[in-house]
Amino acid sequence: MSEISPALRLARTNKLIAKYDKESKTIFGFWVYLMTDCVLFASLFATFAVLRHNTFGGPTAADLFSLPYVLAETLALLTSSFTCGLAVLSAQQRHKNRVVFWFAVTFLLGATFLALEINEFHKFVAMGDSWRRSGFLSSYFTLVGTHGLHITIGLLWMAVMVAFVIKRGITDGTLKRIRMLSLFWHFLDVVWIFIFTIVYLFGVIKV
Amino acid sequence: MMHVFANFWLGKLNLQALPPNAIQWFGALLMISVPIGLAVFLTVTKRWKWLYKEWLTTQDPKKIGVMYIIVAVAMLLRGAADVALIKTQQSISVGHSMGILSSSHFQQIVTAHGTIMIFFVAMGLMFGLFNLIVPLQIGARDVAFPFLNATSFWLFFSGMVLVNLSLILGDFAATGWLAYPPLSELRYSPTVGVDYWIWSLEIAGVGSLLSGINFLVTILKMRVKGMNLMKMPMFCWSVLGSTLLIAFAFPILTVCLTLLALDRDIGTHFFTAGGGGNMMMYVNLIWAWGHPEVYILVLPAFGVYSEVVATFSRKRLFGYTSMVWAIMAIVLLSFIVWLHHFFTMGAGSDVNAFFGIMTMIIAIPTGVKIFNWLFTMYRGKIRLESPMLWFIGFVVLFTIGGMAGVMMAVPPIDFQLHNSLFLIAHFHMMIVGGVLFADFAAITYWFPKIFGFRLNERLGRIAFWCWLIGFLLSFIPLYILGFMGATRRLDHYAAGLGWQQLFIVSAIGAAVIGIGVGVQILQLVYSYFSRRNNLDLSGDPWDGRSLEWSTPSPVPFYNFAKTPHVTERDAFWVAKRHNLKDTRPYEDIEIPKNTPLAMIIAAGALAFGFAVVWHIWWLAVIGLLTSVVSLIVRSMDEHTERIIKAEEIERLDKLYSGGLSR
Repeated sequence: MSEISPALRLARTNKLIAKYDKESKTIFGFWVYLMTDCVLFASLFATFAVLRHNTFGGPTAADLFSLPYVLAETLALLTSSFTCGLAVLSAQQRHKNRVVFWFAVTFLLGATFLALEINEFHKFVAMGDSWRRSGFLSSYFTLVGTHGLHITIGLLWMAVMVAFVIKRGITDGTLKRIRMLSLFWHFLDVVWIFIFTIVYLFGVIKV
Repeated sequence: MMHVFANFWLGKLNLQALPPNAIQWFGALLMISVPIGLAVFLTVTKRWKWLYKEWLTTQDPKKIGVMYIIVAVAMLLRGAADVALIKTQQSISVGHSMGILSSSHFQQIVTAHGTIMIFFVAMGLMFGLFNLIVPLQIGARDVAFPFLNATSFWLFFSGMVLVNLSLILGDFAATGWLAYPPLSELRYSPTVGVDYWIWSLEIAGVGSLLSGINFLVTILKMRVKGMNLMKMPMFCWSVLGSTLLIAFAFPILTVCLTLLALDRDIGTHFFTAGGGGNMMMYVNLIWAWGHPEVYILVLPAFGVYSEVVATFSRKRLFGYTSMVWAIMAIVLLSFIVWLHHFFTMGAGSDVNAFFGIMTMIIAIPTGVKIFNWLFTMYRGKIRLESPMLWFIGFVVLFTIGGMAGVMMAVPPIDFQLHNSLFLIAHFHMMIVGGVLFADFAAITYWFPKIFGFRLNERLGRIAFWCWLIGFLLSFIPLYILGFMGATRRLDHYAAGLGWQQLFIVSAIGAAVIGIGVGVQILQLVYSYFSRRNNLDLSGDPWDGRSLEWSTPSPVPFYNFAKTPHVTERDAFWVAKRHNLKDTRPYEDIEIPKNTPLAMIIAAGALAFGFAVVWHIWWLAVIGLLTSVVSLIVRSMDEHTERIIKAEEIERLDKLYSGGLSR
């Protein structure tokens, strides 16, 4: 190991600290954003809780929802969270190809989830049970749809991210972005657990 | 065929969207003449390039702060024009005379007045101050996310443009500033007015939310070494409280507005009278945002007063710790009082009692703050310059208005006063006496720091007295009228009620305030042209206490040539007393590069908002794509900063602190 002067060492340390500060600032800011998003979902859950029995002569939750179908959706999304975690691990080990691979798997699983959800929406609308039918259905479509919209944004982000990684490799910049994307994706998973419980389970078992 | 074609390209937009009568044409032409006049001025003076390079693409929070304040002041004038119409109508529309405005036009003006004054004046001034002062006070060179900050400003700007577009094309909501359903539903408000209201607030609201997150992170993560939270200036504490509230409250507004938009545009049943909707849910949601919003505005105002009182009493702020706890108590309590806005909903006496008591409790931390300021003055060496005058005016008005608020916190009394002019008088005393006076104090106080010269003191005093006297003349009659049963948004009343004299007194008061505004404009112009006499060469014109006064005035773009050294509260005061000199070497500084992308993202949002208002779907898609693509382009860019070398900083610093004439 070559000798370096104390001043240079100090300068390097300072630079490292500055870099760390910057990254921790961004990640912290993203956490704060996620918490505001959490409040957004909380408001939608509250509307759903208020309106869920206002079926106005239309179908109830128990009439509409099929738990096995929702289970399939849930499994797709939960697995995607796992593969997203694997992508982050690979990124930390700077394995570019593995990152691309695991994000591709995550993307497919996320897209599957989205397709299942859109299919369910389509089925309800085709039966005449759209958001126009009742207060209950308005709040159902809006809550679940907002989650779906977030998933769509997540998928778009992921596609851009993968293009970015292929072009630039795993740099400090891309690693930071990958961490944020994974936070976002896990957050959506958590929200889905609540949707699964409050909208679907409570609806079908009539709590 | 023609019809389908027009429908596709223009949506609901057609010639009927143009103003229907002379008064509205006048308003529209006035509104158009401002941007055209500006454009002509810029072309004649060949300043477009300068504007673009120095202002439109900037990421410097000081410049963004100035732009916020310019927009807010312009909107203050717009809101004041609304007041002139409202007061004229109310003074003459008695008995057989119907006044100058139609009922629906009057309601639009009242709605626009409320919306503009809260969202584009009070919020604009507040964010302007955040941008100008927070980084300086915590010893930082920038905010946490400069690009996000610029985007927030431009979103705010887009929302402002959308509100004012409604003067030219279509109409504005005639529903009151919070647009309660079922009145704001499509069935009862079929025109685009409510849509304008929804989308301008939606766009500006997202800007506010992002800005809130930004300053929260800035304060928590970017304080200079040595400044722990309990050593921060009180203004920063109040901003921290305010941004916490923004982070928790604004998402609720976003949801609430979106649900109303869905009701109007795709036929959902959230707040409709039929179809299983629940209109009281809207009122709950909007006030779950709306009550914290009051404190979002007033906490930074409290912060300004804390700075002003300590500086002009030449004393340490009394009860710093209790002040901090009072702010945090208010942050918490402000989320559990929202129901006092609608005790008459019929939630039952237990619920009303809970919210009534919580509302009274919130007066305690507020009282703590008032006493702390008074004790700061006690035995201080007080200089009664105009920022201090605004403070004293505030204490008087705010205490009267606050007590009226505690009165209304008693549900049985509120049943009598609900939606009366008493309420209007109460909240104007809080927002004008509390927030606006603080903004004026702050502008006077920090003006030399930003522009390098002081505002004329004599004109400032005249403006203050006009405001104070005008305010009392204008609003004390409203308290009385409220007791007599006059309701808010009243555009006509019977002659036999005997209200006219009081309304006329109130209108005279508004005119006196108008004179005050005129004097303030004069003050600005006069001070600018006589600036050679009021130059602030020391950088510390008021013998200040916090770090911003350690920089030269106007502040250089890098804020601090060397990061300041902080060991205790009132760091600069301490440094001055002990004559501390900084002998550390200069360092390289990173500065964000200019970029037009923030502006483009907001322009996309504006196009989207306008398109959704008029159902022009192709434009909505283009607007949305513009924003999304710009965002992606920005996120791809990893070289968003430039380095300024230590030698350059040293050269500039010697130049500035040498007090060179500008």
